[in-house]
Amino acid sequence: MALHISLAAETIGHIGPLPITNSLLMTWGVMLILLFMSLLSTRKLSLIPNHFQSVIEIILEGLYSFFSSVVGHHVKMIFPLVASLFLFIIISNWSGLLPGVGTIGYTEPVVAEQIEFEEKARVDEKIAEDTHEAILSVDEVNVTQSESASSHATKFVPLLRGPTADLNMTIALAIIAVIAMQYFGFKTLGVKYSHRFINIKNPILGFVGFLEIISDLSKVISFAFRLFGNIFAGEVLLAVMAFLMPFIAPMPFLMLELFVGFIQALVFSTLTSVFINVALAHEE
Amino acid sequence: MDLDAWRLIMSGATIAVGGIFPALAIGMITAKAVEAIGRNPESASDVRTSMILGVAFAEAIAIYGLVTALIIKFV
Repeated sequence: MALHISLAAETIGHIGPLPITNSLLMTWGVMLILLFMSLLSTRKLSLIPNHFQSVIEIILEGLYSFFSSVVGHHVKMIFPLVASLFLFIIISNWSGLLPGVGTIGYTEPVVAEQIEFEEKARVDEKIAEDTHEAILSVDEVNVTQSESASSHATKFVPLLRGPTADLNMTIALAIIAVIAMQYFGFKTLGVKYSHRFINIKNPILGFVGFLEIISDLSKVISFAFRLFGNIFAGEVLLAVMAFLMPFIAPMPFLMLELFVGFIQALVFSTLTSVFINVALAHEE
Repeated sequence: MDLDAWRLIMSGATIAVGGIFPALAIGMITAKAVEAIGRNPESASDVRTSMILGVAFAEAIAIYGLVTALIIKFV
């Protein structure tokens, strides 16, 4: 049995034209958990909280005081966004560590396009060295090869995958965060906020504005790859450790991954609030 | 050597070289933060927040190296 690592999330089904990947399935699970917990904790709000409500209150109060130490008096405005980001990311990160996620699945024959792609590469190599006559024969070989390959080549498709171990999810979160920065900037400063990017008063500020545009665009990449890289690297690390020594050895790494999942959720939401704070700093 | 061998070597080399400097940076950041907390324990929470931010920025470089290595290996 070979070690199976896939950079992209696998498609496990379709709803109409929309492909459903295993990480999307897990994302729905995370959303259900969050919905269920928020409904459960706000269903019977009381001044003297019951056990569950007080646990949730401890978490939210901790987050609130942390973010207010970062952004000061703007915390009321941005708290819903950054706290949601934090909670969603931390549940997503930890959901990838649950037993069964990434290990329960099914095997399916390798899809035809992949084989075609490999075959095409082989054919291209042969084109480079052979004559036109040879290409025709390669085409015939090609058909028989792909038939035989699809009959025995299989790959493992896990049913579930951590949502943040999929680059699509982290890019989506990063775009949300960067757009939110601009939104809060315009909301607080009005049109004056655009002076951060477009400034024709003097050439130096104009160039700084250009740099600001580039830096905001690169924030998407940096946010997305930081989260994806950390969580995906954690999954690869756990897979390799479980592959080398299945019993005791992965335990410390599981603890490490719990910690990394928490830190990355904290870093993502903290950086979002810090950048929002920077965007609002032009306020006079 | 064929392409696959080069891919293996280069993905390993990418993350090896790309891990050196973030490791140094994280060590220096944490050392200074611990020093600051030792001198002034009341400021521990503020220092810790800035330290985590700095470590995250330094770590991002290693992550870029990792992503590049993965792309070299798999794509």
